[in-house]
Amino acid sequence: MEPLLDVRNLRTHFFSRAGAVRAVDGVSFSLDRGEILGLVGESGCGKSVSSLSVMRLVDRPGRIVSGEILFEGRDLLGLSKEEMRRLRGNRLAMIFQEPTSSMNPVFTTGSQIAEAILVHERVSRKAARERVLRLMQLVGIPDPERRFRQFPHQFSGGMLQRMMVAMALACNPSVLIADEPVTALDVTIQAQILDLIKELRDRTGASVLLITHDMGVVAETCDRVAVMYLGKIVETAPLAPLFEAPKHPYTVGLFASIPRLEETVEWLQPIPGTVPSPLDLPAGCLFRNRCPHALPICGTAEPPILEIAPKHHVACYLYEAGGRA
Amino acid sequence: MSRALLEIRGLVKHFTVEGSREVVHAVDGVDLSVMPGETLGLVGESGCGKTTVGRLALRLLEPTAGELLLDGRDLVRIPRRELRRLRSRMQIVFQDPFSSLNPRMTVHTLLTRPMEIHLNLSPLARQARLEELLEKVGLRGEHRGRYPHEFSGGQRQRIAIARALSVNPDFVALDEPTSALDVSVQAQILNLLKQLQQDHGLTYLFISHNLSVVKHMSDRIAVMYLGQLVEVATREALFTAPLHPYTRALISSIPALTPRGRRERIRLVGDVPSAIRVPAGCRFHTRCPFAEDRCRREAPALRPVAADGEAPHQVSCHLVP
Repeated sequence: MEPLLDVRNLRTHFFSRAGAVRAVDGVSFSLDRGEILGLVGESGCGKSVSSLSVMRLVDRPGRIVSGEILFEGRDLLGLSKEEMRRLRGNRLAMIFQEPTSSMNPVFTTGSQIAEAILVHERVSRKAARERVLRLMQLVGIPDPERRFRQFPHQFSGGMLQRMMVAMALACNPSVLIADEPVTALDVTIQAQILDLIKELRDRTGASVLLITHDMGVVAETCDRVAVMYLGKIVETAPLAPLFEAPKHPYTVGLFASIPRLEETVEWLQPIPGTVPSPLDLPAGCLFRNRCPHALPICGTAEPPILEIAPKHHVACYLYEAGGRA
Repeated sequence: MSRALLEIRGLVKHFTVEGSREVVHAVDGVDLSVMPGETLGLVGESGCGKTTVGRLALRLLEPTAGELLLDGRDLVRIPRRELRRLRSRMQIVFQDPFSSLNPRMTVHTLLTRPMEIHLNLSPLARQARLEELLEKVGLRGEHRGRYPHEFSGGQRQRIAIARALSVNPDFVALDEPTSALDVSVQAQILNLLKQLQQDHGLTYLFISHNLSVVKHMSDRIAVMYLGQLVEVATREALFTAPLHPYTRALISSIPALTPRGRRERIRLVGDVPSAIRVPAGCRFHTRCPFAEDRCRREAPALRPVAADGEAPHQVSCHLVP
């Protein structure tokens, strides 16, 4: 079956006086119907820019330089602004990290969600309002009638993020992009929102692209994971193989550096060194300068993407010709 | 039992809301002692008052009530001049390395200025100490003349740590020292902090919302909720046999790093109540799945329930026998 969303060789660059920053540089991934795909990586790896590119929300000085974003078979990069506007918030919806800055502070929260419906569908205000109240119930907001008339500042972070989820769902999207949806929330509230996202996927069959830096959030929520480093995807795998047997040295290093609740170690194993400047990238594999297994070949050209097991891809020379790290 | 390096007794901090008569009960009766050479973790969610406790402990804030004893000396009541001298013994590292370093000072100035104020050293000795500090935190001599903006977040936090150590403190409060950092860099900084503690016999108050990080770093852990401590225990006791329902819920809501390896979860409903209108009785009763009538009426006190070596396991809950 063909994937619902198929991103192919996407490049989004930012042009500054100091030079071009290749924030997203040849990224390919796909999203199946009803699937939750995690896009993970540390700050600056290009995970948010990838998601903004899918929504075509990249602003100057950034620009999508090349690639294809096939959604239900159509290339989003070929659509007019008006066509894109009709998809956004409708078939393609997005939730951002900071719920307090995602809502307009001077309108009631309910009216903002209703507006999202009225923009996309020819329904009466009354019908829109009723749908909003139903959505608010769905996402677990107590006393929706009263909450509908309240302003964003009257909500807690967790409750407002629920409203954002309700807004994203207002027009029954088939793809929901959630960019660090729980990062600003406390852990006890995080669990509530992640449960909510999973429940909604089960109920509506929507696909979710979940962007996060938190491997715990991935473990809890995703079916499949793509790991990004410096604008490229270095490893893609279903959840269990990625957590049980990560292959790319960066993924391995990432796991080794996280303190865990379930085991106690005296020393963590950090990834040595720092991420190189995006304005001064090394040739060949971008992880080479921090990689404990780097080979001479790693400095020559970009590593190939190898399929080492079904649906498990890794961009690393160590796995070429059946070799291993 | 040896004497605590820092002893906090009945600590209260209320903030008044400007233009109203409302009072924020940020810290509301905290008793805590930090033993020499240990790391005491202070964990809780946003707004629970953990940062305020850290700032009070260094007397960067004026407590509304309570006592703070550093090595037996009351920091609240001693004369200003003496307090100033004591400041070299207690230092702090803040969360955000982007706002805690003066952008107009070079690394050299950032690290030698505290020495000029607190240590009686010759210029030559200061230079030597500067070199030594840089090496200790993993920076190079050539970094001396650079400004904070020339460094990454992790390197800036190394500078902040070097600055805290520059005056030879024995107590360091670490307020979310790695929360602004990526995990691969966080691991570097956590290892550095542990190494420095071993080398210099430092005592840490490690404040964080991240339970895994607190567990990794601490010997004992205090859990805070709405301005009060709900549980204090050794790391082992807290994670193998947590007693307070809030601690249990907190631990169970951390996702395990195994696929679908979800801990059995105690679900908390609703949000943390406002610190302006704190609930009567036990402050956690509005979200506690086990709350009874008594919990709504009477506030439980923090009391020892089991001895765990030298350190008692303390909990404030009516339902714990």
